[in-house]
Amino acid sequence: MSKKVLIADDEPNIVTSLEYLMTKSGYEVEVARNGDEALALVESFMPDLVLLDVMMPRRSGYAVCQKMRERPEWRHIKIVMLSAKGREAEVSKGLSLGADAYVTKPFSNRELIARIGALLAENGSPQAP
Amino acid sequence: MKAGHKFTLWLGAFFGAVVALIAAVAGLVAAGLAPEEQRVLWQVLEERAQLLAFVALILFFACGFILRWLTARFVTPLRALAEQARIASSANIEHRVAVEGGPETAELAAAINRLGDAHRAQHLDMGTRIAESNARLEEERNRLAALMSELSEGVLLCNSEGRILLYNEHARALFTPTGPGPISQQSPVGLGRSVFAFLDRDQVTHALDKIQYGLDREREAPVTRFLTTGAAGGLVRVRLAPFLSAEGRIGGMVLTLEDVTAAFGQEAQRRSLLQALATGVRQPAANVRAAAENLFSFPEMKDEERARFTEIIATESRGLSETIDEALRAYADALKAGLSLEEMRLIDLLGVAGRRIDALPGLSARQETIDESLWIKVDSYAFMQVFAFLAERLRDEYGVREIGFRAAVNGGFIELDLTWSGASATVDALAGWETLPLQVGTEHTPLAIRDVLERHGGEVWHQSNAPSQASWFRFLIPLAEPVVPRQRRRIPMASRPEYYDFDLFKNADAAKGLAGQRLTELSYTVFDTETTGVEPSAGDKIISIGAVRIVNGRLLKQEIYEQLVDPRRSVSKESVRIHGIKARDLAGQPTLPEVLPAFHRFCEDTVLVAHNAAFDMRFLELGEAETGVRFTQPVLDTLLLSAVVHRNLQDHSLEAIAERLGVPVIGRHTALGDAMVTSEIFLKLVALLAERGIATLGQALDASRETYYVRLQY
Repeated sequence: MSKKVLIADDEPNIVTSLEYLMTKSGYEVEVARNGDEALALVESFMPDLVLLDVMMPRRSGYAVCQKMRERPEWRHIKIVMLSAKGREAEVSKGLSLGADAYVTKPFSNRELIARIGALLAENGSPQAP
Repeated sequence: MKAGHKFTLWLGAFFGAVVALIAAVAGLVAAGLAPEEQRVLWQVLEERAQLLAFVALILFFACGFILRWLTARFVTPLRALAEQARIASSANIEHRVAVEGGPETAELAAAINRLGDAHRAQHLDMGTRIAESNARLEEERNRLAALMSELSEGVLLCNSEGRILLYNEHARALFTPTGPGPISQQSPVGLGRSVFAFLDRDQVTHALDKIQYGLDREREAPVTRFLTTGAAGGLVRVRLAPFLSAEGRIGGMVLTLEDVTAAFGQEAQRRSLLQALATGVRQPAANVRAAAENLFSFPEMKDEERARFTEIIATESRGLSETIDEALRAYADALKAGLSLEEMRLIDLLGVAGRRIDALPGLSARQETIDESLWIKVDSYAFMQVFAFLAERLRDEYGVREIGFRAAVNGGFIELDLTWSGASATVDALAGWETLPLQVGTEHTPLAIRDVLERHGGEVWHQSNAPSQASWFRFLIPLAEPVVPRQRRRIPMASRPEYYDFDLFKNADAAKGLAGQRLTELSYTVFDTETTGVEPSAGDKIISIGAVRIVNGRLLKQEIYEQLVDPRRSVSKESVRIHGIKARDLAGQPTLPEVLPAFHRFCEDTVLVAHNAAFDMRFLELGEAETGVRFTQPVLDTLLLSAVVHRNLQDHSLEAIAERLGVPVIGRHTALGDAMVTSEIFLKLVALLAERGIATLGQALDASRETYYVRLQY
């Protein structure tokens, strides 16, 4: 069974690219357009990893991350924050709130995939996508 | 005792003594004779009684003569010598003794005179040295005051209690309220005033705590900074450094004050622009990059997928360019607004421009005679860029080698021509160059000629004269007022400028209550009011208040208060005759309730002084009821103090006292003028009171209470 990735971002053009990239890399993908939707999908879709944009309507990426980390049953889900905000304080805030990685935009597709692969390999048996 | 009586007494005593001596000798001689011989002697003496009486008379006169001679030769000259020596030693060191007398007296007089010469020389020498060192001290103080007035920052020096010992004009201006309307606005900065009137006590205390902490740990030169708000709501950066007493305690502080409103605004604007640019660019750049990398990584993708990614790249790239353009526009606007215009001589601007052009490869500048009196207000760096940019364009596109400058005045503008000969540029060329970002060599700025000119309120166009083959770009730049070099404050050596008063240091131990403080050490507000009439109970009101401060025995003529007040009623004819202020002069002036709070602030922490103070205080009290502003400080009355000093005189009117004490009366019957006269009288009275042993405020108040005038008036 392939690993599941949830993409939470309100920017359609990046979602298109990310969705294509993840699917091509062998993951099962769902997309959320705002913070609330992201939390609902975490509940129903139960992803292994969430690509979480920071600046989203309804609920920010930080808030989604914090909510997720409050639920012990979601503790294993990896969170990669994606953001156009790259100040040190913001990166530090994301990691402090429980994100496993903080990637500033723009990023390299290849590095992102490698990062995701590594994070997912930490959980249980490594699985090639 | 009269000199005659004294002489008679002396003469009697002298004669008595001589007679007694002769009698004693005769007695002794007689005692050794046989009784028969004694009888014969008595017989002889009795027969010669007349002769003996005559001899006695002669002897008496001889005694008188000898005594007179002795007095004239020794006593009188010595007395005179003593008196004259006293004069020479105290009242007049130039005085030399000279008396008639014998050679001994003359010798003594000469010796005294030599002593006098030595005393005089020493006295003069010491006087010169004291004068010299005083002058040096005064000069140092004046230099300090002058230096401070030249500083672009505000400077305050205060003692450990926060009382101001020294300030400069900038510091004063930073905190002068700029409220609208005719209410006289006073800066809270003044000698002897508290800095806590305009600085937050907690902030200053905290700053001092930090410094003390550093001192306790023997850090070097501890200094703290904090921000506060100025009078106009601007940001003021305060730098606080302590100065230490001999024991190493904080004896006072030096505050430097800088208006950082503009600097902070520009800095914040730059930061937010950069932040906006970074955030604005990242999102579209991420979109482009992700799509492009997909295209690259998955060459086998379907056509419609490829078309979608290509479309994303196209759209996002356009967005990216727009974001960057917008940011640059905003940056240019900010730069334009931030161009700092400074007044400078045109000749200086062109001098620098000439050098700048000379430094460019293949170009040289030629300057015609420029009127030295022409001033413009420009950002010289921006103009430098404009001239250099145009010179390079002309060189590159028209082969121009030499650039000239000339200037003429046209109305409120300077026509500044950048000239060259040979090829004439086309009109379109300048139009094109005007909007290009200025670039000279490797120096870039997003500003264009148009931006620079807009900021300066100027214009530029191209002109040429075909026959002479001369062409020029004519810049129209507004003329500026010539800057008169700031008047250096010339301080007469005899009088101290009133900007500082180091003697206030001595007042630091104000813990002893006001009543125990010496009159010479207190701060006073001497004031006077003019009124609509003399009966406050009949509704008469204040129409003018004037006041001046005395700090440490010095009248601060720069720290004055003057305010007209609209009484909202008519002014009686009698009083108009006195002060000349008519109802129409008062229309539009603030009312007493509006004025009192400001006047109250002016009087803060001082003792009030007025002539016939009861009258003025009565009027102020009427205002207290309306405004709740209460004047609770002690009040001294020059009328009463004058009565204390001159008990036997009847007239204690302001004029009479002024005449008595030699105070010139200027501006009588204006509130400020009278306050000035009162304050000078007060200073003289304080000295006279001291002679009567009245030195403290408490003593002065007690003495005032006891005078006849108090019984009469209360």
